Amino acid sequence: METIFRLLRSIIWSYAKLREKISPGWIQKNSSRIKEWELMAYAYSRSLIGVIGGVIVLAVFILAVIGPLLAWEPYWEYKIVYDESLRYRGPCLPPSCTGYPLLGTDEWGRDIIAMSLYGFRISFVISIVVVLLGAPLGIILGLIAGYKGGVVDEIIMRITDIFLAFPGLVLAIAFASVLPQRIRGFLEVNNIARAFFSGLFGLRQEEYGQLAALLSIWIAMVIVWWPGYARIVRGSVLSVREMPFVEAAKLSGLSTWSILFKHILPNVLSPVLVMMTFDIATATLFAASLSFLGLGPQEPVPELGFMISKAGGYFPERSSHVVIYLGFILLMMALGWNLLGDALRDILDPRTRRAIEYRLEKEKKK
Amino acid sequence: MSSNEILKVLDLKKHFRVRGSLTKKVKAVDGVTFSIEVGETLGVVGESGCGKTTLGRLVLRLIEPTSGRIIFDNKDVTKAKGRDLREYWRNAQMVFQDPHTSLDPRMTIASILLEPIRYYNLKVGDEEEFLVKQMELVGLGREHLYRYPHELSGGQKQRVAILRAIITKPKFVVLDEPTSSLDVSVQAQILELLKDLQRKFNLAYMFISHDISVVKYMSRRMAVMYLGKIVELGASDDVFEKPYHPYSKFLLAAVPIPDPKIARSKTKVLIKGEPPSPINPPAGCRFHPRCPYAIEICRKQEPPLLEIENKHYAACWLYHKK
Repeated sequence: METIFRLLRSIIWSYAKLREKISPGWIQKNSSRIKEWELMAYAYSRSLIGVIGGVIVLAVFILAVIGPLLAWEPYWEYKIVYDESLRYRGPCLPPSCTGYPLLGTDEWGRDIIAMSLYGFRISFVISIVVVLLGAPLGIILGLIAGYKGGVVDEIIMRITDIFLAFPGLVLAIAFASVLPQRIRGFLEVNNIARAFFSGLFGLRQEEYGQLAALLSIWIAMVIVWWPGYARIVRGSVLSVREMPFVEAAKLSGLSTWSILFKHILPNVLSPVLVMMTFDIATATLFAASLSFLGLGPQEPVPELGFMISKAGGYFPERSSHVVIYLGFILLMMALGWNLLGDALRDILDPRTRRAIEYRLEKEKKK
Repeated sequence: MSSNEILKVLDLKKHFRVRGSLTKKVKAVDGVTFSIEVGETLGVVGESGCGKTTLGRLVLRLIEPTSGRIIFDNKDVTKAKGRDLREYWRNAQMVFQDPHTSLDPRMTIASILLEPIRYYNLKVGDEEEFLVKQMELVGLGREHLYRYPHELSGGQKQRVAILRAIITKPKFVVLDEPTSSLDVSVQAQILELLKDLQRKFNLAYMFISHDISVVKYMSRRMAVMYLGKIVELGASDDVFEKPYHPYSKFLLAAVPIPDPKIARSKTKVLIKGEPPSPINPPAGCRFHPRCPYAIEICRKQEPPLLEIENKHYAACWLYHKK
C-alpha cells in the first residue's frame, strides 16, 4: 500500500516539476491542486480492491498494446495444412511435451494462447472506444437537456427513453447485421482508414471484411450506449444548475456554453467517470456476446467471443479448457474495471474522501 | 426621472407557473416600484417567502420578469439581450447569500476572480499583481489566491464573493442576505467591509435581509415587503422610529431589545398566524387576515402605496383618508 502511494506521489511530483519547468511558478500556483491529487492517491492506495483492479487493468492494457506484437504465431496461418495432428491438441504441461502449445490448439492448429493475445487487443479497443465515444455523446445531450430544460429537454429525453426502452442487444444485432456491407465498401476504397483501423485492432489490412464487421459492432454499441449517460448527466445538471455559482458565472459574463463546460460539467463528472469504468467492463462482455452470436468478425480473426463460440461446438471433450481459459480472460478484463470503478467511486465522493483525510490526520497525531 | 437615480424599477411582476396547473400562479413579486440613487443603499426587509430574493434576481435579469420595467442608468434593460445584457451585468452585480455554494468548488480563487476579467475583456496589466491588489481591498492576501474555496473560512469565502462582484467596477450591487449564513462576529466585519467599499467606489446597494436591525444599520432607506409587495418604504430612521404599516410594526416589535427594562416597558404586539400562500393571496390588502386593525375596505380593495409623510410611503387604508 505504502509503495503504491509513494509511486503515485512520485508520478504526481514529476508531472508538477515538468510543468514548473515549462512555466515557472506553476507549483506554487497549483499547490492546492497537487495536495488534492496526493489525497486522491492516498485514498486510492488505501483501497485494496482498487489496487487489485488497477493492477489487472494495467496488465490487460499492457497485454492489449503489445499482444499482437508478442503473439508468436500469425493468426492467418493455418498450421494443419502442414501437420494434420495439430488440430485440437489438448493442453500439455512441460516438461512432458516441450515445444508444443501450452493450452493446446484450435481447429486450424493455431496456438490458443497466441490467438488470445490478438483477442485481447480487439476486446480492449472495442470496449474503451465504445465508452469513449458513447459517453461524450450522452454527456453533451444530457448537459443540454438538463440546462436548457423545457421543450429541448423533453425532446432529448423522450428520444433517450425510446433508446432505453428498446432492448440494447436486439438493436445492436440489427445494426450489426446491416452495417458491415456499407463499411466494407468504405474500407475498400479508403486506404488511410483501412490502415488506421487495422493498426488499431492489430489485424492485417487484407482483413477489411472482418474489420468492417468489427466496426459495425463498434458503431452499433455506440448507438445503444449513450442513453444511460444522457440520463445520469441530466439528473446531475438539474441539481447543479440551481447552484448560485452558476448564476454568479452568468453575471461574470460567461456564455451558456462556457458555463456548461467550465462550471457544470466538472461538477457532474465524477459519477460519470465511475459509470464509465463500470461500462468498459460491460462493453467488453457485450462485444464478446455479439461476436459469440456470430455478428462479429469471422475466420480467421481470433476474437474472444467468436473463439468461445467455435469452441462451444466441440464442448466439452475437446474444448473445455479453451472455454475456461477464454472465459477467464473476459472475466479478468471485466473484473479489473469493476474493481477500479468501485475504488474510484470512493475516491471521487468527497464525503468518503474527507473521512480518509481525517483518518490521515489522526494517524499523524499518534 | 432624476439623473441621480442609478436604478428605477416600475411595477415589476414575477408570476411563477405552478407545475401541473394551467391557471394557478405563484405571485412571488407582484407590482413593485422603487428607485435607488447613485451611492445609496436601499434595504429590503421581509420574512422568508415574501419575494425579496426573487426581487433581487429579477432586478438583475437572472430570471425574466412577467411584466414591468427595469431602468438602469437611464437605459431600459427589461428586454436587454446579448451584448446589452452583458453590459448591464458588468455594471450591476450580485453577492449571494451562501458563500459555500456561490463559489465553484472545483476552481481556485484566482480562476474564479479571473473569470469576470477575462469574459469582460478588462484591461488589468499583469493579472497576478492586479489580483493581489484587489484581494487587499477585501482584506485577503496572495496566500489565498491559489486555494480552493473549501480551504477558506465562511467569512473569507464571502470576501472573495464580494470581490468578484466589485472587480468589474460596477455601479450597483445586489446584496442578497450576504451575512445571514455567517457567524455573528464575522457578520459585523463583512458589513463594515461593504460600507467601506461603498464609500470607496460610490456603489449603490440593494441590501436584502430578513433582519430589520441589520437593514437599518446598512441602509439610508428601506422597503418592507410582504407577500410580493412593498408595504412600506421610507428613510430607515423614519420607518424604524415611526412605522405606519401594521406589518412593519410587528417586524419591529420582534426585534430583541438588549435592555430588559426598556423591553418590559414596551407593549409587545405579536403577529398571528402564518403568511398566506402566494399562490392564492387574500383579496384586498394581503395582510388583512393577520391584521388586528383591519377594517371593512381592507377585505375588498388593495391599498395603494401612498406618501404619508415626506418620502415615507405606506400601503395601508388606515392612513388613506387623512
